[in-house]
Amino acid sequence: MSDELLKVTNLVKNFELRVDKGARRRKRIVQAVTNVSFSVAKGQTLGLVGESGSGKTTVGRCILRLIEPTSGSVHFEGQELGSLKFEEMRALRRKMQIVFQDPFASLDPKLTVGASISEPLNVQGVPGDHADKVLELLELVGLSADHAQRFPHEFSGGQRQRIGVARALALNPALIVLDEPVSALDVSIQAGIVNLFEDLQSRLGMSYVFIAHDLSVVRHIADRVAVMYLGKIVEIGDQEAVYSNPTHPYTKALLSAVPVPDPKTERARNRIMLEGDVPSPVNPPSGCRFRTRCWKAQEVCAQEEPMLTVRPSGQMSACHFPES
Amino acid sequence: MTEKVLEIRDLRVTFDTPSGPLEAVRGIDLDVEAGELLGVVGESGSGKSVSFLATMGLLPARARVTGSVLLAGEQLIGASNKFMRSVRGRLISMIFQDPLSALNPVHRIGDQISEMLQSHQSLSSRDAAKRAIELLDIVGIPQPDDRARQYPHEFSGGMRQRVIIAIAIANNPKVLIADEPTTALDVTVQAQILEVIERVQDRFGTAVVLITHDLGVIARVADRVNVMYAGRNVEQGTINDLFDHPSHPYTRGLLASLPRPGKQRLKPITGFPPNMVNPPSGCAFHPRCEFAADICKFEMPSLVSYGDLQTACVRARELPKHERFV
Ligand SMILES: Nc1ncnc2c1ncn2[C@@H]1O[C@H](COP(=O)(O)OP(=O)(O)OP(=O)(O)O)[C@@H](O)[C@H]1O
Ligand SMILES: Nc1ncnc2c1ncn2[C@@H]1O[C@H](COP(=O)(O)OP(=O)(O)O)[C@@H](O)[C@H]1O
Ligand code: SF4
Ligand code: SF4
Ligand SMILES: [Mg+2]
Ligand SMILES: [Mg+2]
Repeated sequence: MSDELLKVTNLVKNFELRVDKGARRRKRIVQAVTNVSFSVAKGQTLGLVGESGSGKTTVGRCILRLIEPTSGSVHFEGQELGSLKFEEMRALRRKMQIVFQDPFASLDPKLTVGASISEPLNVQGVPGDHADKVLELLELVGLSADHAQRFPHEFSGGQRQRIGVARALALNPALIVLDEPVSALDVSIQAGIVNLFEDLQSRLGMSYVFIAHDLSVVRHIADRVAVMYLGKIVEIGDQEAVYSNPTHPYTKALLSAVPVPDPKTERARNRIMLEGDVPSPVNPPSGCRFRTRCWKAQEVCAQEEPMLTVRPSGQMSACHFPES
Repeated sequence: MTEKVLEIRDLRVTFDTPSGPLEAVRGIDLDVEAGELLGVVGESGSGKSVSFLATMGLLPARARVTGSVLLAGEQLIGASNKFMRSVRGRLISMIFQDPLSALNPVHRIGDQISEMLQSHQSLSSRDAAKRAIELLDIVGIPQPDDRARQYPHEFSGGMRQRVIIAIAIANNPKVLIADEPTTALDVTVQAQILEVIERVQDRFGTAVVLITHDLGVIARVADRVNVMYAGRNVEQGTINDLFDHPSHPYTRGLLASLPRPGKQRLKPITGFPPNMVNPPSGCAFHPRCEFAADICKFEMPSLVSYGDLQTACVRARELPKHERFV
């Protein structure tokens, strides 16, 4: 594909965890991300969904090289990031930005909004005082010029998230990783931020990796969706295919668990109730990692790891007994 | 006729803050009927938690609370600490978003439930321990007799929330207040916890007040809904009435802002939530309301019946008919 902006191949990230248990000291490995592969086309949005601890944030941080992957590769505009020298990486980094979930923690309380927004420009050594650029960015995200002189504590959650977006846009990135960008916001405010992301994309043409646990927001914004469970992608494909015809039992259960905001539909629905919680990524189940909660599990699921396989509606899923 | 277990009248709560007095709750009227599940929704800061913390007598002493809260006929506002301690856990219980902080890390799960039982009932330790295991079973904890001997850190988030529910219902209270009980949990676990709450309501006839910002959760479990904005209740009614033909512009805006299948552009409510140190005059929603008129700046509307709903909007009668979402 020529319009491919980002390509992640067999990404693995293990964290070493030291546990002190009495006198014995043991090392444990958290398998946060295991063999994750996907690509994102220019101007497109990939939604990354899954329950907490499934590895979404870790994938995002590996893409931006905020943490070093254990193995695997990330290609951005055709360049493999792991092979880049420090200076080259620094230059590339301006094209990749991240916006975090918590609009309260992600801004420096001592900096004015204007200073926060122009900080990436200064860090990248872009000359000038950037006053015009700051105004342009504030307008772009629906704030006004007089906001530049104020401090973060004077703003609401939704406004802070807009400031965070303005800051991420300062260097005209080609890719923005949005890590739960609306999760901390009230629904009525969420809608405005989601619209903002859509408008910015159609005007500026950047790509998004949109991480969220809210499946209805992802359905709205994403072109493609990847569903993660315990560090692995269990299903990936076009938004329409994954939502309308989920083929992995976990995808099906996840979609089924989200309550629909309409009492009549919601109460008439057949729900799949999963038992138990997600197991620990320190000791993930053998074979298919979902098998401890899967109602379709057979012996083979414990022995053989299912591979991502193309299904009739076009998406891929990793299951020995897929739904049709 | 239904019996009212909780009757809140003109409840007001004011905090002293460095920027001046903050009236977080500004005259709430609300009834909870025996055995019903009342959903309370509203945006962050609208006063949901503070209203029910006031009901429970759990606000810091510097909070000024006025009005009336009758729980099974007993006045809770102004009651002594001793009386409130005898009420909490026996007649009314409250659970919160973060189950870990509500459990004692160094006590066994079974003992924590027994302690709650014995603080309100004269039970032998043995009977209390037995009852604790039954309660763990009721909230869906597998192998409850083994689990009773374990400590909180050995439980997952969802299991801890089940334990909290077991403690809260141990003495069969008339009212269970659940403040965002599933917000910190994953959706597949949320579904389990909602089922436990419904089971408790069903089995013991406990009235449940479920505070949430998730309209999907409300649609799933609530019998009636109360919508809060800026420390006031702005609309209430049965679940179907409220979702089918919401009358208050804020309720309408809230429902309209939800993403629905399909790619239509989302419709946010314009503007931002009010600053409660200095809330807008009159109807606090007026700066964000598409139907606002001059009168809205001067008159603070109270709940009035419009058809099947009770709505606090001075223009409720003049508003265009609401179009149902599909
Ligand atoms: N101890 C306190 N001191 C001062 N102000 C407080 C205190 N507790 C709450 N408030 C204020 O009271 C108002 C209502 O808060 P409350 O916690 O009831 O909101 P909520 O509706 O539960 O919101 P959320 O959805 O975020 O839980 C807010 O403006 C809040 O900042
Ligand atoms: N710095 C770290 N050290 C150890 N474990 C970590 C670290 N960061 C993440 N993890 C673990 O990796 C797994 C995936 O985490 P994360 O990517 O944050 O998930 P998500 O964003 O999907 O909620 C979790 O089990 C988490 O506890
Ligand atoms: S491979 Fe087996 S356990 Fe895994 S999802 Fe498919 S049926 Fe379930
Ligand atoms: S009273 Fe006025 S401002 Fe308030 S909701 Fe009704 S129309 Fe809107
Ligand atoms: Mg995360
Ligand atoms: Mg609250």
